[in-house]
Amino acid sequence: MIQFENVGLRYGLGTEILRDLTFHIAPRSFQFLSGPSGAGKSSLLRLLFLTLKPTRGLITLFDHDTATLSSDSIAVLRRRIGVVFQDFRLLDHLSTFENVALPLRVIGRREESYYDEVAELLGWVGLGEHMWSLPPVLSGGEKQRAAIARAVIARPQLLLADEPTGNVDPQLAQRLLRLFIELNKSGTSVVIATHDIALMDQYDARRLVLHDGYIHVYE
Amino acid sequence: MSTSSPAFAILRKGLARVRRPLRPGRDMRGDTSIVPKDSLASSALAAVVAIMTFLAAVTSGGVAMVIGSANEWRSEVAREMTIQVRPTPDRDIEAEVGKAQAVARATPGVVEARAYSRAESDRLLEPWLGSGLSLEDLPVPRMIAIKVARGAVVDTAALRQSLARDVVGASLDDHRGGINRMRGMARAAIAGGMGIFGLVLAATVLSVAFATRGAMASNRPIVEVLHFVGAKQAYIASQFQRHFLWLGLKGGVLGGSAAILSLMLAGRVSDLFVGTAGEAEAAALFGHFSLGFMVYVVVAAEVGLIAAITALTSRQVVIHTLRHID
Repeated sequence: MIQFENVGLRYGLGTEILRDLTFHIAPRSFQFLSGPSGAGKSSLLRLLFLTLKPTRGLITLFDHDTATLSSDSIAVLRRRIGVVFQDFRLLDHLSTFENVALPLRVIGRREESYYDEVAELLGWVGLGEHMWSLPPVLSGGEKQRAAIARAVIARPQLLLADEPTGNVDPQLAQRLLRLFIELNKSGTSVVIATHDIALMDQYDARRLVLHDGYIHVYE
Repeated sequence: MSTSSPAFAILRKGLARVRRPLRPGRDMRGDTSIVPKDSLASSALAAVVAIMTFLAAVTSGGVAMVIGSANEWRSEVAREMTIQVRPTPDRDIEAEVGKAQAVARATPGVVEARAYSRAESDRLLEPWLGSGLSLEDLPVPRMIAIKVARGAVVDTAALRQSLARDVVGASLDDHRGGINRMRGMARAAIAGGMGIFGLVLAATVLSVAFATRGAMASNRPIVEVLHFVGAKQAYIASQFQRHFLWLGLKGGVLGGSAAILSLMLAGRVSDLFVGTAGEAEAAALFGHFSLGFMVYVVVAAEVGLIAAITALTSRQVVIHTLRHID
């Protein structure tokens, strides 16, 4: 599904922060992406999410060479990827329902066609009671679940999560991990960027470890 | 009609909508716009647009008035000529004046040739010689004021020739020197007015563009989120363009209407002074406070231009932001 071949990344004229990355992400796979702070986890996620272009190497995403894609083609490909940001990135003036429905709205679907779908998902992530609440009144955990719901509402083939348990207590972290596992079982490939060893120890999954700019894959 | 017909489908859909319970927080709030409608930045931008449109519209109204007056001076002066008949010994000046008047009236393009009476000619000298003097013995020339039809061109050379041939002591003054100076003044007034209008319009365009950029800065997170959830550039740009076009129109119509009302009010106030010496002089210099059709057209064009600038600037900022993100 995703193939990296000798990918390198540098910012400006600095040294390469990611070097010779060669790995793949298979359909329906589950992996943790870890490494010390500053190792380049977020940069690698941005490469996967097509908001960064590699300095060298080849990235193939859903059988497309990303170097040759137009901005509109990238937008269309991005609809097959769900992203959970560390800082949630919910829009404060939209209700939880509207935030979660955003990926469906931007592809031109009308509210009547997705109302039940979004309501059901919000109920599934435990936000049924907060459907019409605005993000500023939600707790950190509730925001995190709303962000996850938004990432998966369009049934993406790949889910990227950047430190999804960074702002929550261990109990909620466990619940969120179970949520990701359920999503993976339903057919979505999952990449979770984290440096939370305890979280990774709770589930036996493939690990991609970044160290000194290189990637080490532990199957 | 079967129950599967399109009419029944529409009816069923309508009924489903009616049956759907009110959704608290959403139906009550009624704000489904992706771009927040009533943010502080949006209100501030609408205020800037309203103020700048007001200034630009008032300037255009003032400039239109000055241009109208300048054209009026020019055409009024160009429509007047004067024949002077000097008294000569052994000649009846009244007869010469009558002949000159007849020659003038017979000239194509002349609509009026009024001879000043002896008394009127004496009164013309009063400011210089004082009143109460007997001017009977002085050889005071007599004047004939000629009015030319609007748009007509009088053959002054032929008129001069006729006067020289038929009237003793007559000379024609077509005010050429005065008209040329007046033309120069009118051209300067028009150029000055257009220059001021251009400067105000440029200031309006720049300040609206910068205010739009400022308002857009607070919307950057929205642009980013839309981008990340897979919205195409055209979709994101259209969301902001529509919102800012509406903001620009709202502010522009407000400012433009206020300017037109102000000009109308100024017209009403000036009407109160009709007949006074001050009003006559002000009208001679600046014209009357009357809003011609063109002023409405120019103000409407300004409102449209300013709204288009806000919309296009927001689009440009969206495209720039997306390029920066990628």
